[in-house]
Amino acid sequence: MVTSALDARITLEQMRGSAKRRRKERLVKAVLGSAAAVGLVVSIAIVVALIGEAVSWLTKIHLSWLWAGAWSPRTNEFDLPTIFAGTVLVAVIALAVAAPLGLGAAMYLSEYARPRVRRSLKPIVETLAGIPSVVLGYFALTVINPDIVKKVFASAGTFTFLAAGIAVGILTVPLVASVAEDAMFAVPRSLREAAYGLGARRRTVTTKVVFPSAVSGVVASLILGFSRAVGETMVVAIAAGATGSALRTFDPLSGGQTMTGAISSLAVGSDQVRGSSLAFPSLYFVGLLLFAITFVLNLVSERFVRRVRRMH
Amino acid sequence: MSAVASGAGVHSSVELALLGRKSDVKGRLFQAVLLLTLLIALGVLVVLLVTTLRTAWPVLTERGWSFVRSDVSSLPSRAGVWQGLIGSMILVGFVAVVALPLGVASAVYLQEYARDTRLNRLLITNVRNLAGVPSIVFGILGLVVFVQALRSVTGPDSYGKSYISGGLTLSVLVMPIIVLVTMEALRAVPGSIREAAYGVGATRWEVVRSHVLPYAAPGIFTGAILSMARAFGETAPLLLVGSITGYLSTPSGRGPLEVLQGKYTALPTQIYAWTKLPGEEWQANAAAAIIVLLAMILVVNLFAIILRNRYERKW
Repeated sequence: MVTSALDARITLEQMRGSAKRRRKERLVKAVLGSAAAVGLVVSIAIVVALIGEAVSWLTKIHLSWLWAGAWSPRTNEFDLPTIFAGTVLVAVIALAVAAPLGLGAAMYLSEYARPRVRRSLKPIVETLAGIPSVVLGYFALTVINPDIVKKVFASAGTFTFLAAGIAVGILTVPLVASVAEDAMFAVPRSLREAAYGLGARRRTVTTKVVFPSAVSGVVASLILGFSRAVGETMVVAIAAGATGSALRTFDPLSGGQTMTGAISSLAVGSDQVRGSSLAFPSLYFVGLLLFAITFVLNLVSERFVRRVRRMH
Repeated sequence: MSAVASGAGVHSSVELALLGRKSDVKGRLFQAVLLLTLLIALGVLVVLLVTTLRTAWPVLTERGWSFVRSDVSSLPSRAGVWQGLIGSMILVGFVAVVALPLGVASAVYLQEYARDTRLNRLLITNVRNLAGVPSIVFGILGLVVFVQALRSVTGPDSYGKSYISGGLTLSVLVMPIIVLVTMEALRAVPGSIREAAYGVGATRWEVVRSHVLPYAAPGIFTGAILSMARAFGETAPLLLVGSITGYLSTPSGRGPLEVLQGKYTALPTQIYAWTKLPGEEWQANAAAAIIVLLAMILVVNLFAIILRNRYERKW
């Protein structure tokens, strides 16, 4: 009696299931794992490709060419301050547009909009994020610059950093709004209710309770927005007059070159750009700088986002 | 009588004290400003659509379907978007075939299989960072790897500037986004669903395949569709991997592999090229091409949103 009951007990071997089933499990796990490794391979490929090509370019040039006063690859002038200035100028203008619009929209959606309104407005904001940048570039060139920038500043040219920056800002609004809204919406209800219980009004709750609690997420949204603006290419290539060469300038009403604009005009390879055999490969070096800058910005913003998650 | 009157008086004075003595003008103003920022952001979308449509109107009404069906030409009155449209669809097809399965598989591993080890945390951080890398950097990667290093495979006769190079570049670009949205969708499936399946003796893969994936499917598909729309409108990386901005001949009688290894163009690259050309006619053509592009993207987005609203689950 006793032994037969022991025999009927399920053994460890039986619990493991059939060998065939286990083999399949292992196979599936290996396949999925290798798919996950692709991302890492891509990152390594980016870094290796960029560094390899950039270093081989750097060894062929004189380092003084990187501080030549103007960006003109055709004549071996690869002035880094020129394209840095252009990039920073466009990104700052973009953030000046995207920060108030994006954060305002985020506050409204998170704190004021009724659930039904929120549900219908959020997808529309997301749709805005789906507009290709080439379309915004066209919009900057044909509407923002002639109808807004030139009407306000008579001295503005056909291509201006200002128009490009505004358009990049419009592109960045959905990103800023969505990341900031996530952070504000995640602030616990109890904090809001405690403030209401003390007699605070909705504006006070929004600005003095929700905003400070969500500040990490707000900062993250702004850094991400800045990073996105630094990497934006098509708007700049179309509306900032990213031609072959440009002078070092900080004037938002003039046109000029940015890092991304420099890469794209080297790639498209108009005759103004080619000429020197060292011109084309300079795009690898600029690409490496761009990658490094956005990489650091993204890492920093990730830090801030993680802080939000820890807090709530 | 007087008691009632004084009662009403007390009532209203209490109400007044609770609501604040004066009406909250600043609060109202603040709310109005916030609403205004949202409306400006959305208003730009409307202005963009209206002005582009107005510029495009002559082309769309006079040429209509023939604008869509015409090839690239040096004459503005003959140029159309057909080659670009077909090209973009082939490129998006690549993304669907390459990036979608890889992205979903990768997300399933990271969300369902991976333990919280240092390596797995690195993999996830890495995907997040890749999603934030500027698209033009992916273009440089495509140029170095697909166009130059793998030229013999991607396009021996087209200097590597082929559909294969373009499609693979876009796939690499979109894959991190697909991974992130898929992980999000998987995370939304409650643990109890998984435990129910484990409880009746399912293996990990059986749990994922028959329980987690079906419940996460609407979210995954919505994300995938939105990523395809992103790939459809992406321009900058294609400039680096050789999407043609000028005239493109499409000889007939080529096999599928020869077509894929051949030169190509895409709708956004055509828009870019036409925007740069002088003259009102090209501007009108660019606007008309933008309308075609936006129409496709908006329809796809709308489809994705409807899909999500219809199948979204509340746990």
